Amino acid sequence: MSKATTPPEANPEASAEANQAQVQAQIQAVEQAQSPEALMVAVQNLATSQSAAAIPALIAVFGYNNPAAAAIALRAVIGWQEAAVAPLIAQLDEYNYGARAYSMRALATIASGQSLEVLINAATNDFAPSVRRAAAKGLGNLRWETLPSNDPNTNPKSNFSADPSPDQGEAQRRVFAALSSLCTDGDWSIRYAGVAGLQALATRVKELEQTVVDFLNQHQESDRSVRARIQWAVNSEQ
Amino acid sequence: MLEPEQELAQETQQLTVEGAIANLRHPDTSLRYYAAWWLGKFRVHSPEAVEVLIECLTDEADRTELGGYPLRRNAARALGKMGDPRAVPGLVTCLECSDFYVRECAAEALGQLSDRASIPALMQLLTGGVAKAVQTPGRPHLAEPYEAVMAALGNLQAVQARELIQPFLDHPLPKIRYAAARTMYQITGDDTYGKFLIDSLLDDDIKLRRIVLRNLGDIGYLPAAEAIASAGVESSFKLIALKGLLDHQLELDEQQGLDSLSMLSRGAIDLMALMDNLL
Repeated sequence: MSKATTPPEANPEASAEANQAQVQAQIQAVEQAQSPEALMVAVQNLATSQSAAAIPALIAVFGYNNPAAAAIALRAVIGWQEAAVAPLIAQLDEYNYGARAYSMRALATIASGQSLEVLINAATNDFAPSVRRAAAKGLGNLRWETLPSNDPNTNPKSNFSADPSPDQGEAQRRVFAALSSLCTDGDWSIRYAGVAGLQALATRVKELEQTVVDFLNQHQESDRSVRARIQWAVNSEQ
Repeated sequence: MLEPEQELAQETQQLTVEGAIANLRHPDTSLRYYAAWWLGKFRVHSPEAVEVLIECLTDEADRTELGGYPLRRNAARALGKMGDPRAVPGLVTCLECSDFYVRECAAEALGQLSDRASIPALMQLLTGGVAKAVQTPGRPHLAEPYEAVMAALGNLQAVQARELIQPFLDHPLPKIRYAAARTMYQITGDDTYGKFLIDSLLDDDIKLRRIVLRNLGDIGYLPAAEAIASAGVESSFKLIALKGLLDHQLELDEQQGLDSLSMLSRGAIDLMALMDNLL
C-alpha cells in the first residue's frame, strides 16, 4: 500500500503522535453525538484533524443520513487526496447507496488510478444512478499519472514501478468502453454523465480524442438535453 | 430518501410491445397492471396500444379494497406519455372517477396531452375554491388532486382559469401554494411567481424544497438556475430540475433559429456546466 500523505499544513512526524489522543477524542465525539447540531460541530472538529486516523471516521459520516455533516466530511476526505483512497474503497457501503454516492464523489474528485476498478464497476454495475453518475465523472477525470503501472487490472494497490505506458493504454481503452456503454442506458442522466465523462477522457488522453469524437458524432440520441451535451463535448474537442 | 429515478434502474421483467398489448387483456389483473405501466415507461407510440389503454380507463375487474382502480390509474399515466389526442375524452371522463388517484393520473395526463378541450373539465375540479380544498377524512389526500389539476392547467396555458387559481396562492398547505404559483407563472409570465418559488427553496423542510425544485424544473424557470444548483437538496433532484431548465432553454434557442446541433447558446452552456457539477 502506498504511504499516507498528510495535508500540506501538517508536520508529519510531530503531529502524528501529539495528535493521537486528541483525534481519538474527536472521533468519539462524532460517534457519540446526540443531535444533528452536535454531530455537525463534532464533524467540523474532526475535519480539521491532521491525523490520518480521522479518515475512516469521516468516511463513516457518509452513512449517518445527515447531508450537512456529510458535506463537511466529504470536503475533509477529499483534502486527504491519495491517502483517503484505500480507506474509501475498503469502506464502500454496499447496503447504503446514499453513503456510497458520497464515497464515489470523493473517489471521483481525487481521481486516483487506484480507484480504476472500483469506478468502472460502479459506473457499469451499480443500481443507484447517483453512484453511477459520480463514477462516470471520475473515470473521465482519472489522473493517469497516478495509475499503478505493472498490472492495473488485477492489482490496483501494487507498487508504482516499471514502464506505465502499455498498461495505461489498456486501462484507457477499458475506460472508453465503460463510458461509451453508459451512452445507451435507459436513464438520460446516466447517458449525460457518460458523455461528460467521455469529454473529460478525450481532453486528458489525446490518443483517444478522435475515437471519442467519432463515437459521439455517430451516436443516436433521443433526448434534447443529452443531445446538447454531446454537441458541447464535440465542439470542445475541435 | 428515495431517488426519483431509482425505480427506473430496477426493471427486470422483459416484455415486447406485442406481449404488453396482449397482456392488457390478460385474465391476470397484475399482468394487465404491469403491461400498462411498461407501455407508458417505454413510451410505446403504438395506435393499437392507445386503443387498448383507452379501454382500460373503464376497467371494472381490477379493484383495491378501498374501491380504487389500479389499472385505470396506470392506463391514464401511460396515455399521458403517448401523446395521442384520441385519449382525451376517456381521460376527461376519468376526472369524475370515484378514485382520487385515477382523477390525479388523468389530470396529469391531460396536462401532457396538449389538447385544450380538456380545460373546462379540469377547471371543474377547482370549483368550491380553497374552502373545499381540505383533507378527505381518513385519507392522505385533499378532496381533489389540486396540484395535478393546476399543473395541467398551466401546461395547457389556461388563461381563463386565472381567477380560479389565484386564491390557491393563500392555501394553508405550502405544496398547494407552490402549485398555484407555478401555474400563475405559466399563464401570466409574471416573474413575481417565479421569484416566490425561488424564495421557497429556502424552506426548512427538505421535502418541500424538493417539491419546489420539481415545480421550477417543470416550468423551466431560467432565472432559478443558480438557486437550484446551490439548494439544500440531494444532487439527483437538482440535476432533474436543471434538465427542465435546459430543455426549456434549448426550445427557446430553437425558436430563435439556433440549431442546437451546430450552435449552442451561452445560456445552454451555462446550464450544462451547472449540471456537470452535480454528477
